[in-house]
Formats: sequence, C-alpha cells, structure tokens
Amino acid sequence: MRDQLLKIKKEASEDIKKASNAIELDNVRVKYLGKKGSLTAILRGMGSLDSEERPVIGKLANEIRSEIEELINEALESVKERERHEKLKSEIIDISMPGRIKNRGARHPLTIVLDEIKEIFTGMGFLVVEGPEVELDYYNFEAMNIPKNHPARDVQDTFYINDEVLLRTQTSPMQARYMEKNKPPIRIIVPGRVYRSDTPDASHSPVFTQIEGLVVDDGITMGNLKGTLDIFARKLFGEDTKTKFRPHHFNFTEPSAELDVSCSVCKGAGCSVCKGTGWVEILGCGMVHPKVLEFCKIDHRKYSGFAFGVGLERVAMIKYGINDIRLFYENDIRFLNQF
Amino acid sequence: MLVPLKWLNEYVKIDDIDPQEFADRMTMSGSKVEEVIETGKEIENVVTGRIVKIEKHPNAEKLVVCQMDVGSETIQIITGADNVREGQIVPVALHGSKLPGGVKIKRGKLRGLESNGMLCSAAELGLGEYVPNAAAGIYILPEDTKVGVDIKDVLNLGNAVIDFEITSNRPDCLSMIGMAREASVTFNRPLSIPEIHVKENGQDVNDFIDVEIKAKDLCTRYGVRIVRNVKIEESPDWMKERLKDAGVRPINNIVDITNYVMLEYGQPLHAFDYDKISGKKIIVRRAKDGENLKTLDGKDRKLDNSMLVIADPEKPLVVAGVMGGEDSEVTEKSSNILFETANFNGTSVRLTSKKLGFRTEASSRFEKGIDPNIALDALNRAAELVVELKAGEVVSGVVDNYDNELRPWTVDISPDRINRFLGTDIPKDKMVSILESLKIDVVDKDKDVMKAVIPTFRADIELEEDIAEEIARIYGYNNIESTRIKGEALEGGLNREQKIEGIARDILTGSGLYETITYSIVSPDDFDKINIPKNSALRNTITILNPLGRDLSIMRTTLIPSMLEVIARNYSKKIESAGFFELGRVYWPLDDKISKLPEEKNMLVIGMYGDCDFYDIKGCIELLLQSLGIRKYEFKRESDNATFHPGKTAKLEVKRKNIGIVGEIHPDIIERFDIPKHVYICELDFDEIVSLSELDKHFKPLPKYPSIERDMALLVDRNIMASEIEDIIREKGGNLIESIKLFDVYEGKQIPEGKKSIAYSIIYRSDCRTLKDDEVNKVHDSIIKSVESNLGAQLRL
Ligand SMILES: [Zn+2]
Repeated sequence: MRDQLLKIKKEASEDIKKASNAIELDNVRVKYLGKKGSLTAILRGMGSLDSEERPVIGKLANEIRSEIEELINEALESVKERERHEKLKSEIIDISMPGRIKNRGARHPLTIVLDEIKEIFTGMGFLVVEGPEVELDYYNFEAMNIPKNHPARDVQDTFYINDEVLLRTQTSPMQARYMEKNKPPIRIIVPGRVYRSDTPDASHSPVFTQIEGLVVDDGITMGNLKGTLDIFARKLFGEDTKTKFRPHHFNFTEPSAELDVSCSVCKGAGCSVCKGTGWVEILGCGMVHPKVLEFCKIDHRKYSGFAFGVGLERVAMIKYGINDIRLFYENDIRFLNQF
Repeated sequence: MLVPLKWLNEYVKIDDIDPQEFADRMTMSGSKVEEVIETGKEIENVVTGRIVKIEKHPNAEKLVVCQMDVGSETIQIITGADNVREGQIVPVALHGSKLPGGVKIKRGKLRGLESNGMLCSAAELGLGEYVPNAAAGIYILPEDTKVGVDIKDVLNLGNAVIDFEITSNRPDCLSMIGMAREASVTFNRPLSIPEIHVKENGQDVNDFIDVEIKAKDLCTRYGVRIVRNVKIEESPDWMKERLKDAGVRPINNIVDITNYVMLEYGQPLHAFDYDKISGKKIIVRRAKDGENLKTLDGKDRKLDNSMLVIADPEKPLVVAGVMGGEDSEVTEKSSNILFETANFNGTSVRLTSKKLGFRTEASSRFEKGIDPNIALDALNRAAELVVELKAGEVVSGVVDNYDNELRPWTVDISPDRINRFLGTDIPKDKMVSILESLKIDVVDKDKDVMKAVIPTFRADIELEEDIAEEIARIYGYNNIESTRIKGEALEGGLNREQKIEGIARDILTGSGLYETITYSIVSPDDFDKINIPKNSALRNTITILNPLGRDLSIMRTTLIPSMLEVIARNYSKKIESAGFFELGRVYWPLDDKISKLPEEKNMLVIGMYGDCDFYDIKGCIELLLQSLGIRKYEFKRESDNATFHPGKTAKLEVKRKNIGIVGEIHPDIIERFDIPKHVYICELDFDEIVSLSELDKHFKPLPKYPSIERDMALLVDRNIMASEIEDIIREKGGNLIESIKLFDVYEGKQIPEGKKSIAYSIIYRSDCRTLKDDEVNKVHDSIIKSVESNLGAQLRL
C-alpha cells in the first residue's frame, strides 16, 4: 500500500507538470483527490489494514494528499499568472499614433523676450515702470536736451497730435518723468511702445517697442554702464557673448555709445543676421547728460547716471533669427506657435 | 559722408593702412563707418578696345558687327548701339567678364554670328549718375586712351571710399579736413593742411562789389571774391575723379570748384553770374512778404519776411543758403563770376527750406551749423583752384563782412572728476595729449582744475562731460574697465499690476490662446466696419496730424477691429480654428487742460473662431477671473450692442461695475471681414480687473463631514436662464449648498417644443456635522417646489 501511495504521488506530480491550464489541473485534482479519485480510493480501503499499519499509512496518505493539493494550487497560480500576462500582452495599442495635445497657446515672442529682459534687470535691483505713449513734446524732446528746431528732430520722424502733443518716439521721456518724481538712487527699466513715421518694411515699423534703462546715484561711472550692460548681454544672448562699445552721439547722454554684441547666431563667424561682420548692434547708451539731470532738478555735481535704450524687436529678431519685423505684428499663428 | 581715402591721404598719410582696418579703428574712435567701398569692385575683365571695322549684320537690321582691337587680339562683337564709329575707343566686356549688378558676359551667337563679348555704356559700368546720358549709347572714351588696358585704370576705379555716418553733433566732420583731423588723432599721425596761395590780378575787389548785411541776426559773416574772364569748361580728371568718388556729379569747372571746396572744408559756396548783379552791390536782407524769385529749378517761389535772401538793389537773387536763382545762375555764357562764402543762421535756413519744401546739400550743412571762421579759407581755396584750373583771373582782395568774430571758449576740466565719472585712472598727461591732438589746447596744466580751450569748429563742446567723451573715445571705450554698480542694494522687481499681467498671460496661454500684438494706430474706418454708432464715444479719438495714411491715422479706442483682422488673416491662411488674446492700450482723449494728454487704458481682448462656442470664451473669462481671485461676477444679457449678435452676448459685471462685453460677433461684421465662421470676442477693462483682483490666498480647512449629492432634471421653457434656476437653488439651499453643477442641457427629441431639459447635480454639505438624508431631502424638495412654482418647471423622472 505504501508503494501504491508513492506511485500515486509520483504520477500525480507528473500529471500536474503536464497540465497547461486550469481545466486540466482540475481534472488532475478529480483524478486523484476527487470522490472517485485514486488517493480517495486508497483511503477508503484503509479499513482492511491492521491496526498497527493503519496510522502509519493514514499519515502518509494525508501527507501525500496535501502535497498534491499544494502542487495543484501552485501550478494553478502560475497558470493564472501566465494567462494574465498573455492577456495583457495581447492588449496592444499603437503607441506611434499622435498624442492628444490640448490647444497649446503661447506668449507673443516679443513678450517672451521682454519677460526675459525684465527678469535680468529686476534681478539687478531695477524697477519696471511704464509711461504714456501719447506724450508731451516737452518730455520727448526738450527735457531730453533736444530743443525746438534742433536738427535731431528731423531724424526722428515724429507723429504729432498737436503743437505740444506727439506720439513718443522713444521711451526716454520716462527718464524725465521718473526723475521729476523720484530722487536717487534710481534704477528703472521702462518698456513700452514707441512710434516713428516709418513706412512698414522688413526692417521698419511705425510702431515698435523700446526698453529704456536709467540708473542715477552718487558715483555712477561709465565703467558701471559697461558692467551692467555686459551682464545684460551675456544673460540674454549666452555666457560666451562678447561686447563692443562704440562711441556715438545722443542728445541726452554724454559720453554716448552704441553696444555691439558678438553674433549669437554664428558665434562671430559671420552670417546673414550680422551681415558677415560677426557683430550686431543692439542698443544705444551713455552717461545721462548733465542738462537732462538739471531739467529734472537733480544736482549733476553730486549725482551721475547712465541710460540705455534697447529695441525689443531687434533683440528678438537677433535672438530667434527672424528676418522681417512685420511678422511680429501680423500675428500669423504659424509664426506665433514657434515660440 | 563718402570719404575717398586717396583724397584724405593728402592731409594725413594713411595709404599704408588697409581700408578695412582704417574703417574699424575710425569706428572705435567715434567716426562710425557704414560701408567700405571699392569703386568699380564689381567690374572684372573689361578692357579698352578700338573699333577697327563696322559692318552691317546680314540677318538683323538693327545690329552691327564690330571687329575690336583689344590689344592682345582682334575679336568680333555685335552691338545694337547706333553711336559707334570706326576708330573709336570704347569699353569692351570680354568673354567671362563681370559688370555691376552681378551681370556676367559670355560669348554667344546673335542672329547667327558669333559675338565674343559686349561693348558697354557708361550706365552698364555703374557710372549712370556721373556721366550725362549714360545709358544712351556705348561709352566713347577719349581718342588718346590706350587700347587693351583694364577699364578700371582708365576710369580711375578701384579706389577705396569709406561711407561714414556723421552724427548731428559733429558737422565739422562733414569735410575731408574734418575727417583728416579725426584720422590723424586715431592713428597718431601728423595732419598737414596745405597753405593757400591765391595769384591775384591786381585789380581791387572793392571796385567791383559792395556788400551790406541788413539782417545781421540771420547772417554772421558774408564774404565775396570776384573772378574775371572765366572760361567754363570741364574740370580736370583728378578733380572729377575725387568728386565722383565722393558721390558728386561733375558739372563744369566753376560748379565743381564750389562743390570741391564744400567737400574739402565743409563750407558751402555759391557762384553768381557777376554781370546779372545790378548796381555792383550785394544786400543780405529778409525777403519782403510776397516777393517772388524764380529759383534754379525754374519754379517761381513766393517768399516771406522770415526768409533771408541775397539781393542786389533791385531784386532778390538767391534764397540764402537754400537755393540759387535762375537769373543769376552761372552758365556757359557767363564771363565774370562772384563767389560767395557766408555763415547763415541754421534755424532760419532750416525753416526756410522746410517752407519751400526744398533741401539742398548746402542748406542741410547750414542747418547743422558751420564754423564761421572757415568761411574765408574756403573762399580763398576756391580762388586758388580757379587759378590752378586756369578757369579765370582772380581780382585782388576779398570783401569780408564779419562783425562779431567767434573766438575760442574755455571749459573747466578736472582730471580727477573725469576719472571718477568714467571709472578710469587715466593720467593727466595722457588726457592733455589726447586733447591737444584734437586741437583742444589746455592751459593751467599745473592746477587741479585746468582750462580747455575749445576751437571754434567744435561747437559741440560746452561742458566737462563733453571733454570726458573726447578723452574716453580716444583713450578707447573698450579700455574702460567694466564694473558693477556700487552702493546700496535696491529692491527692484515687478509691481502688482505687472505681476497680474503675468498671471493673466499664463492663464490665457494655458487655455490654448495665442498672444497677439497689433498696431495701436488704426483706421477711422474701423468704426463703421464693426457697426459702432455714429454718436458713440468710441469715435472720439486722438488723431495724428501727419499720419502715414488714413489706415494708420488714429489711436485706437477699441481692440476689437485689430482682433478681427488677426482672425481674418489666420482664417485666410487656412487655419480652421484658433484663439487669441491681446493685452493692449486704448487711448481716450481727455479734455484735461493740465495734463493735455489722453487717458491710456489697458484692455484685454480675447477672440476665437472655429471649434468653439460662446461657452468656451465665457469659460476662459471665468477661469481668468477666478485665477485672479475675483469670485463674484455676473454675466448679464446685452442685446443692444451693434457689434455683437443680439441674442448671444453678455456684459460682465463685477461689484455692479461694467467691466466688459463678451459674445458672438454680429454676422454682418463677420461677412465684412471675410470670415465665414462664428467668431467670439470679449473686450474687458484690464485696469478694472487688476484693481478688483485679490491675490492674497487664505487657507480654508478641508471638509470634515461627508457630503450628500442629489441630481435634479427639470423641464423648463427654453428662455428660462440657468442663472434663474441657480439663484433659487442657492436661496433655498442656503449654506448647505457646497456646489451646483449643470451637467446636461437638452432640446429636441422627447422634449416638447419650446422647452428644454436642464439637469443639475447639487452637493450638500455642512461644515459642522454629518448631514442626514431626511434633512437633505427636505431642502431638495423645497428647491424643486420653488422652481416649479416660480419658473413653471417640471421635474423629469
Ligand atoms: Zn552672425
């Protein structure tokens, strides 16, 4: 009988190994452990054993029964595991199909660049202030040391509203407006729209955006002007940007300069953006003219300052390699969604 | 300002410096270079050739066949020009040659006969501006021209010319001598201005002319010389070449001399036909109102008392500094000439030339200001050239009226202050030597505060800061060390409004909208285009006096037309669906006499079309308001705004204040903009939104007790508004209502005509206890009863 039991055990474990799914495993269970199963039959036949043998065989039979049960359960688990895995594997989607993008939306490229510039300067302790676009002749010209009948006025191509009122040609009038109301130390940038009587073409727009900067304090030097604008240029165009300050003339600064930066597109090798020179002009700047300080009742013997004016469109054009200023104002979505 | 380097080299030796390097260093010392030009650079492989033989083309009536001796060989070239004769010497573009404008010449057949190049006109060589009738035929060269020579040598091309941008503060640089001064400082080389020697004929100028200045306020100096027995002819080649390189067209010896001296010294001169001056007298006076003068261009000019004229006792001869008169013009027939050198008031010249609508090289120079002390040198230089060119004999002496001589002035300068201002450490000696090289003398050199003596050609230097600039630019801006601003750290940063603008942009772009920026100057026709009533305040605009055109002539009072244009443009580019927003200003005229300026208000406009409806744009606005902490707002029906659809439009109110409008654009307007889709636009007063926004956040504890949800589907008349139902829910539910969500609206099948089904999900919650079903049922029932009795609603089961 013992041999019979061991044989059943061996056969059962082979049958379990052969079984490949839950139904076959159930058949195995019925075959050995069911009411008519072979192990069950042996247990039933135990009555014929003598009293000494009965407990030993009974114990063995029960052990074998639970071993078989365990083997079946284990096999069942692994079959289920396998089946689940197969099922998941069959649930294939085409991951190459396009993703569902919610409408994207974007800031205007001019806003993106302006935000960057604001961040650079606010990080250096500048305030951002704004001023009127419809401006008095006085602030736009006279307070900026450009008196009536000065030849510089012709160059400006001003839109006039009446004798005294015009569309500002620069953000500089805000220098005077701010200095009239605030005493040094002053550190501001003034972004805003300006107007010039230029017929629109690839590089001109009658409406465009400037960012004025003004710093006035005790002991401000031309070295400070250079240092501040160096930081600005490097942060805006990249750490490896080089700068070149060229002498120039503006009525409201003395000394005056124009700032060229190494072309960020070709890294100085020469390209269409920099017209092959490796340099692009990005702004005008200078030390605030003593007459401007005087106009604003700031003692130019005690205080000095510097100012600069950046053309936002120009900077954005250089930064992104845009070749036509009109694109900014046409608002074609195929342009806007590139930023 | 075109500066031929060959010419400049006469005053300062620079011919060993590469033109590009010359340009770069001049730029860095303050004379900005626009362009380095090589004249005739584009011309290649064009030589002189003699026409050996001309025959008619057998197959073409208008063509001739020329046998050309080009030095090394004789080649056949076919031309259509009719001014060619045997024996002439002309420019020949050989096979493989290049001409200005990128033109390449190749061998080819013309009507069956081989042509090995092209005979050129002056225009084809890029000389259109300098040679009369340049395009009319082949350019016939002088008979003694050598054959087979590069045309650039013959025409004196291949010269380096620098185009400088001269800023308005440096009119002294509008001359060869001025630029030579700058070059001499930049390269630290000596400047030599040749002395002037005039060979005179011994007659006394005072016997020929008398000068009286009546308007001394408009004319500080007036000098004349007389030249007799002039012979008007072409100028010599060297002079023509220099004029051409400087961009001036040679005319005849006398005119060329005045132009040459103007370019050399910066002083405009004028030549009169002496015999047309009556009474041997020149009077410098204001014109009489209504006085007439026929100017050089053949036009009759009506003058007035603000203008200065040069007259004889009988009549005005020229408009001073602006334009010559036809009558006293120098012509081929002139035999005696009067040269004028003068210093006229710049503002007066500017206003006169503006009034007459005429600007000349001379007038623009007077406007910018000229040193009165160069007037006599320029006049004498012209006389010297007359003798040199054998153009006439110069009468002895000059008449020179110059009462108040301009003398050099001084500016106090402290090297210490200048160093502190620039942030440099330039030694005093270095400063002095820089200034002296600029012809600025320095006295009191041993004192802390020195005196700089400013030469009269540097009217731009008045203050110590001006001197600082002179020192800085010659010392080199790039030698000034970049430093950080010292002193107290400042707070900096964005203000509340700027931060709110940033948040608004985040929300709107996050909602899938693209930001636009449009012109703030617009057309007055926009108002009609969007149905703005004739009497609307929107039509009261700021108007530009001198606009570029009607389309850009007023400051906008609404952003809606700009938005419609953006939508129309994108639609026309086959974009089927899109949404945009713009944050921009509008400009309201103010009658305020004190500020004199308009009110500039910030507006927000949102526009969308295509795959969207009213509720999309409304949702955008709501999301924006909520994100800016504006929780209480109301949309009220607006049916009287002609820009919008009367049934699909609302005005937005916050705290009983109207802050804008939202709706579907009226179909008639859409048609005008060529957009065949529904367009939704809102325009909001952004300044109001900023002032209403509440950005401070306060934490509210999360609910502790469970909520109970009840749904409710109602059948109501279709014109009952959701807000009416919601008002009742809130009124009856009181503070047990946590939220109301409309989840379905339906009209159509199974719903009676004129009715709609509207379904809400209401969440009840108390923040102090667990609600019981009974309690909620009671409230919910009372809501249903109320909507039934007040709105005639039926509960759908
Ligand atoms: Zn480049």
